Amino acid sequence: MSKHHVSTTMNGEPTEFLCEPQQTLLDALRDELQLTGSKEGCSSGDCGACSVIVDGRLVCSCLMLAVEAEGRRIETIEGMAQGDRLHPLQKHFLEAAALQCGFCTPGLLVAAKALLDRNPSPTERQVRYWLAGNLCRCTGYDKVVRAVLAAAADMRQEGGRP
Amino acid sequence: MTTLAYHAPQTVDEAVRVLAGGNGGAKPLAGGSDLLVQLRSGRTRPAMIVDLKRIPALMGIRTEGNAFVIGAATPCAVIGEHAALRAAWPGVVEAACLIGSTQVQGRATLAGNLCNASPAADSVPALLAARATCVVVGTQGRREVPVETIPTGPGQTSLRPGEFIVEFRLPGRPPRAADAYLRFIPRTEMDIAVVGAAVNLTLDAQRVCTEAVVALGAVAPTVIPVPEASAALVGTHMDAAVLERLDDACRRAARPISDKRGTIAFRTTLAGVLARRAATIARHRAEVRA
Repeated sequence: MSKHHVSTTMNGEPTEFLCEPQQTLLDALRDELQLTGSKEGCSSGDCGACSVIVDGRLVCSCLMLAVEAEGRRIETIEGMAQGDRLHPLQKHFLEAAALQCGFCTPGLLVAAKALLDRNPSPTERQVRYWLAGNLCRCTGYDKVVRAVLAAAADMRQEGGRP
Repeated sequence: MTTLAYHAPQTVDEAVRVLAGGNGGAKPLAGGSDLLVQLRSGRTRPAMIVDLKRIPALMGIRTEGNAFVIGAATPCAVIGEHAALRAAWPGVVEAACLIGSTQVQGRATLAGNLCNASPAADSVPALLAARATCVVVGTQGRREVPVETIPTGPGQTSLRPGEFIVEFRLPGRPPRAADAYLRFIPRTEMDIAVVGAAVNLTLDAQRVCTEAVVALGAVAPTVIPVPEASAALVGTHMDAAVLERLDDACRRAARPISDKRGTIAFRTTLAGVLARRAATIARHRAEVRA
């Protein structure tokens, strides 16, 4: 079986890769493109460690075939910092110690970014429901939720600056 | 799985041809939130996957007169963001939005939820109560059937090999009509319904219930309508005694199993309680839509 040739926009850059039809987008990110920030936790869409944004929608990259990415715009954790400049979410996760082992962190950051992209002022309740599909087994969720709310407040202030 | 072929047709006709060419070994792919899990576990081993998301007719929501037409491959997140649909069919929309996490909402579809044929599928009781129909196509043509005719048992559907769902149709709404869906899960998010209950009803100007459809999930091999429960509501003001009869009818209709999510006794009690609460919510919504 011949491989499929897929053309996408990955973190703003035109990106092409070859994949087998049964490979998931997560497989392609990690094994073909060496973008290993997205993690494989459950491979069944339960844990959210593989979260990416496809055409502005948060999805589990383990629940999407790599070939489906043709023509799509994909954002991964690797596109979040601008060079050495961390995204406010990343900064606040560090400051609030919102991670321990860090395995779920890329997924949580991408999911939180997807939330703040569409809702710059979420309530705590909205943050908790939005992130319900991102499981963390060591840090717990309270620090994560506080970091997201703090980052949102920071970003609103930055946006309001003349 | 090494010989898996992938096709992404652009039209319904092309999809029918490609699926027919798969000789029963082809699987349609909509959101993939069930199919990809089954592929990985080896529970399904198709020779071909036919991705339906490149067909414009299957993506998005449109209106035809007062009716809503939902493309079969439209993600639930898009359904949840459609203000007019939410206003007219709040129960259908809240049920669709209970399926999985934010991530799963970005992919999962009504057609997938229906064709996966889980007795606990959240959107199905609401679609059934709404008297939704779906348009099915295949090599033998196009047919429009009630949603409840699709699932025939756990994991089983009435679709013939190569057939797939193109769209769902929700009828227009008179004033003072509304629906509601409730499910019980032991946590607040991300779980499978222990029981689900949907109620769709219409009130007249005197607030007498003139029409009602009640449906239950996770209490039988398929989602079931409960005509006795519907009959208990019609012609009444839905007072406490009526809701008691609704509760009773739902408990009698429930034929659940005991499993890790709940016992027969617990599910039977829940069926009545949830139907009663969903009916109360639907009535409040209908009064607001007066």
